[in-house]
Amino acid sequence: MFWRRVSDWPASGLTSPFEELERMRRQMNRLAEGLTRAWEEPAAGVFPLMNVTEDKDNYHVRAELPGLKADGLDISVTGETLSIAGERKLSPEDENAQYHRQEREAGRFNRIISLPGHINTGKVEAHCTDGVLRVTLPKAEEAKPKQIQVKAS
Amino acid sequence: MADTESKALQAKDKAEVTTPAEQTRPGLVFTPAVDIFETEKEITLLADMPGVKAKDLTIDLHDNVLSLDGDVESPEGADEVTVLREYRTGKYYRQFTLSQVIDQSKIDAELKDGVLRLRLPKVEAATPRKITVKSS
Repeated sequence: MFWRRVSDWPASGLTSPFEELERMRRQMNRLAEGLTRAWEEPAAGVFPLMNVTEDKDNYHVRAELPGLKADGLDISVTGETLSIAGERKLSPEDENAQYHRQEREAGRFNRIISLPGHINTGKVEAHCTDGVLRVTLPKAEEAKPKQIQVKAS
Repeated sequence: MADTESKALQAKDKAEVTTPAEQTRPGLVFTPAVDIFETEKEITLLADMPGVKAKDLTIDLHDNVLSLDGDVESPEGADEVTVLREYRTGKYYRQFTLSQVIDQSKIDAELKDGVLRLRLPKVEAATPRKITVKSS
């Protein structure tokens, strides 16, 4: 009787004394998988996800925005941050359309990302092709690495 | 399904293809998000495939199986160093089984801004003919 009651949590109807252990093992496996995935890609959790790269003269920020055209985006920069806002609309289809699947989402987004260094706000360029937005931000002169000559005296 | 107020878009990780089909080239393969709906005349499929150009998209249809295969060029230049990487890039692949109802010779595909619109017209149903009875 007592054994029954203890092993009743979280669900009733256990058939074998090992079933509770099996369930715990499966949950631990799931937790472990969740941990390793989270460490591979830290997601900010804000749409759109961005990749930032840099080369000698510029920072490049890329975001995947399928279905968005260049004029639907509102991009602004300050000395160290880039802000991207817009709205993704799904094109209105026939009213009598019956959906089998709907996996694409629509909605607004507004995200600010801060950059590792100062940028020259006057020369920022943005291109949006094939649903990928690429913003090229030239580094400010003082942020570029400068070679220092070592004088032999 | 018209909302008067748009809600905020949520960020989602891209779904990787779970069944490992053999690939000739190494790289990640993702499943594109897809909307499928049908009207009286046709079935329309909309797929999000950002970064895929029309020339890199292969749509294959045989044995009633429709395969979408979109190749993505690596967007970063050779001398760029990664500062932050929140999403991965890779090709897109998805397969669907079509029913016999599709007129396979009239399928239309359009890729714009990273969204593929695939129109699959249904076979014209046998038009019912009225048969008049002549009285002699």
